[in-house]
This record gives sequence, structure tokens and C-alpha cells, in this order.
Amino acid sequence: MSDAFVRLDHVQHVYGGEGGVLAVEDLTIAVKEGEFAAVVGPSGCGKSTLMKLATGLQFPRAGSVVVGGEKVSKPVKMAGMAFQNPVMLPWRTTLDNVLLPLEIVEPHRSRLRKEKAAYVEKAEALLAQVGLKGFGPRYPWQLSGGMQQRASLCRALIHEPRLLMLDEPFGALDAFTREELWCVIRDLHAAKKFTVILVTHDLREAVFLADRVFCMSARPGRIVAEREVNLPRPRDLDVTFSPEFAEIVHELRGHIREARNVH
Amino acid sequence: MTQKQKIALAPWVFTIGFFLLWEIGCRVFNVSSFVLPTPLSIGKAMWEYRTQLSFHSFHTLWMTFAGFAIAVVFGLGLGLLLGSSRIVHAGTYPLLVGFNAIPKVAVVPILVIWFGVGWMPAVLTAFLISFFPIVVNVATGLATIEPETEDVLKALGASKYDIMTKVGLPRSMPYFFGSLKVAITLAYVGSVIAEYNASKYGIGNLMARASADFNVPLLFASLIALAVLGVVMYAITAWIEKRMTGWAQRSGFAAN
Repeated sequence: MSDAFVRLDHVQHVYGGEGGVLAVEDLTIAVKEGEFAAVVGPSGCGKSTLMKLATGLQFPRAGSVVVGGEKVSKPVKMAGMAFQNPVMLPWRTTLDNVLLPLEIVEPHRSRLRKEKAAYVEKAEALLAQVGLKGFGPRYPWQLSGGMQQRASLCRALIHEPRLLMLDEPFGALDAFTREELWCVIRDLHAAKKFTVILVTHDLREAVFLADRVFCMSARPGRIVAEREVNLPRPRDLDVTFSPEFAEIVHELRGHIREARNVH
Repeated sequence: MTQKQKIALAPWVFTIGFFLLWEIGCRVFNVSSFVLPTPLSIGKAMWEYRTQLSFHSFHTLWMTFAGFAIAVVFGLGLGLLLGSSRIVHAGTYPLLVGFNAIPKVAVVPILVIWFGVGWMPAVLTAFLISFFPIVVNVATGLATIEPETEDVLKALGASKYDIMTKVGLPRSMPYFFGSLKVAITLAYVGSVIAEYNASKYGIGNLMARASADFNVPLLFASLIALAVLGVVMYAITAWIEKRMTGWAQRSGFAAN
């Protein structure tokens, strides 16, 4: 597995100093470049910790984290992130919210002022791609929850990150909107080929989107199972009703049940 | 009449009603004008002393705005510092609270010893009494940034300065402008207190002299002038707040 793009090796992480909460232990995971990886597990198993470790927002107590061939010792500077809560800035229009990463990440940061028009065009194209054509000038609080989540995806992708981190981004949405956004992220990934780590507790979501699904144990979290999803791409929503799909979901459910120690 | 028109009219009706009740009460119970003058006699006194009143009001306004301006700059700076560093916050908070607990009227004599009688004590008292709410509010605005927002920016490699200017500052603006409404009224109280005790000019000084002369109508005329100026200053800051941070006032909760 030397070709891994994101690699956590026997990682241990503790919150709150000595005697604190052991969040993950002996966590080993490797995600290839361009791969869509999903991490599922019981609640409180350290999935979000995994995301923070992989982006350099937290550093492990033991073990190593390598992203893009470099050992992570500070925030990785190239990750796009989206959470369950869209966290748009209410004083900025949707378009300005989407443009925010460009004000921080080089080389865009120094170019933004000069090539504003080109960047705005790009942002608008991205908004159109997720079904938000014409909503750029609106304020986030004028949009519905699902629309805000779409905009939040645009913000995570505008600077063309090599790594996209999704922390239960569809958790707070209704089932129809959620499935719609699955397709949005599926198409974006197919078009741009970035690496995705999706943290979720929805097994169907994980199987529908991912190339590989990792199951985490209850806290302290570690990977207890890894399952390749070899359903052919592009996948249609109908695939979720196929027996192969059901079989994989069923298998993963078994792992999760074991992980929660419920028999 | 629509609900909107009623709301626009309500302040006038209530204010006029208040003075009407006052006038009637004074007449019915035959209250001596030495104890409580009627609004009409106060109005007469205001007209009679209009040049003095406007001269001293203008002076008080000046002192208030000068002190307030210093408080805004100082309060914003200290608030940003407190909000961005937990150590500074923990270290200075007891000092700040202790300082704020001192009645500022007790500070005026010290200021007089330092700077003598004049405009200095008035401006400084206005400043000292009004910066605290600004500091607390700005610091609160910064301290309540959503951790996810911070994570999004940090994962992009944003510096602490980036996070401060892109998120912290705009986010604390509603708190800041909200605190200005409180601060301007406090600054006003501060300058009047100082004028009362240590100045040759200002409404506070006018009141001190009126009270020494037992000129009760002038005393009340000064009070009314103070109240009107206070309302005007409050309205100005409220208007600025609305202009600057309209995005934060979208709740329909208080609409009707």
C-alpha cells in the first residue's frame, strides 16, 4: 500500500491530556489517490477524530499520519471540508461564501483581485452544477437547508482540493434531498477525480458512493473491517434496490453490530 | 389604520400621554412647583433659558462624543485581544470586572487632581464608564465562532489573522453595534456626572448651579434636555447598527 494518498498508521489519539478520553487507538487506514472512501461506525466511535487527524487539525498521540506523501505536522492546506452543519457565513452572499477558500489558498489568494471575474464565473458554474443556478446573490439564510448544504459543497470544492473531507454532510436532510445530493457528489467526483473521505452512519449512502467502505469499532475507534464496493460506475440510484447492493449493506450491518457488541 | 402606522404613532401617543397625565396630576393634587413643576412650566423654563440650555447641551454632547469615541477604539481593540487570546481573557477579566464595579462618580475627584477642572475629567469619565460593555460584547462575538467554521478555514491553511478578519470581526459586529447603544448612554451619564462635579460648562454644571439657586424649573428643564439628547444619541447608534449589520436582524420574532 505504498501508493496511498492518505495514510494513518497505528494512530492513537487522546482528547484532554493525561487520563483523557481515548478517541482512537491502533487506527490504520489507507486511501488511494482519487478513491472514494467511506468510514462508517457506531456513533461516538471517533469518525470525526479521523477527519481531524487526516487534515492536520489534530495531531496523534502515537502513530503517523501521511497525506500526499508528507507527514502531517500542520493543517494540510489543501483539504475541502463539509459538515452536517453547512456553516455558511451569514453576512456573505452565497457566492461570496463559495469564494471564501480562494481568499485563503494560494495561488488563488494573490490572483483573486485581478482575476475576480474568472473566479466568479467558475463559482457560478459550480453552483449551477449542484442545482443552485442564480442563487449566488442570495444570502445563505434565504436558502433551504438542502440548498445551503449544496452551497457548502461548492465552497469545499471551489479551490479544486485534492482531498475532500465530508463529515455526515447529508445527515440533517430529508431522504429525497439526501439522495439527490448523493448524485451531485457522485457526479462531481466522477468529473474531478479528487480523493474523498466520507464519514457517515448511513450504510446505504456509504455503499452507493464509495469505492471502499471502512467499518470502525466503538470507542476507542479502530478499523475492524474493510469492504471493496465493486458495483460498476456510473451508479444509478436504482442500484440501491439491487440484490448485490443489499448484500453489501447487509454484510456491513453485521460488522457494525459486532462493533457495537450487540448480539 | 394599519399595524405599521399604529407602531409608528405609538411612541408619540405614549409620550404625549405621559406628559398629559403629569400635568393633570400636578393640577388635580395641587403639587407645589417647588416639588414637582408641571410640564407646561418646565416648557416655559426651557424657552426662557434656551440660549444657556443649548450652549451647555452642545458642550455636554461634545464631551460625550469624545469620550465615546475613545471608548469605541479602546473597547474594540481590547475586545479583539480578549476574544482572541484565552490567557489575556482569563488574566484581565477580574481586573476589568473590578474596575467596572467602581462607581465612576468616585473617580471624578481623582481625575480633577490629575487634570484639574475642565474638559479632561468629563471626557475621561465618559470613556471610563462606557468602554466595558464594548469590550465584553466584542470578546463574546469572537469567542462564539462555530468550531466547524474555524476547521473549514484551518484545513485551508488559514492563519489566525485570516480567521480573525474573515470570520471573527464580521461575526462580532452585531455584538459590537449592539453594545454601542448601551455605551453611548453610559458615556452620556459619565460626562454629566463629571460636569456636575468638576466643570464650568455642560448640562451637569448648569444643573449644579440651578440646584444651588433652588431654581427647580431650570433643574427640570435641564433634565428634559438631557433626556431628549439621550434619545437622539440612542437613535443614531441604533440606526447605524441597523445599517451595518442588517444580516443579523432577520428574525421575525419582534416584528409585530
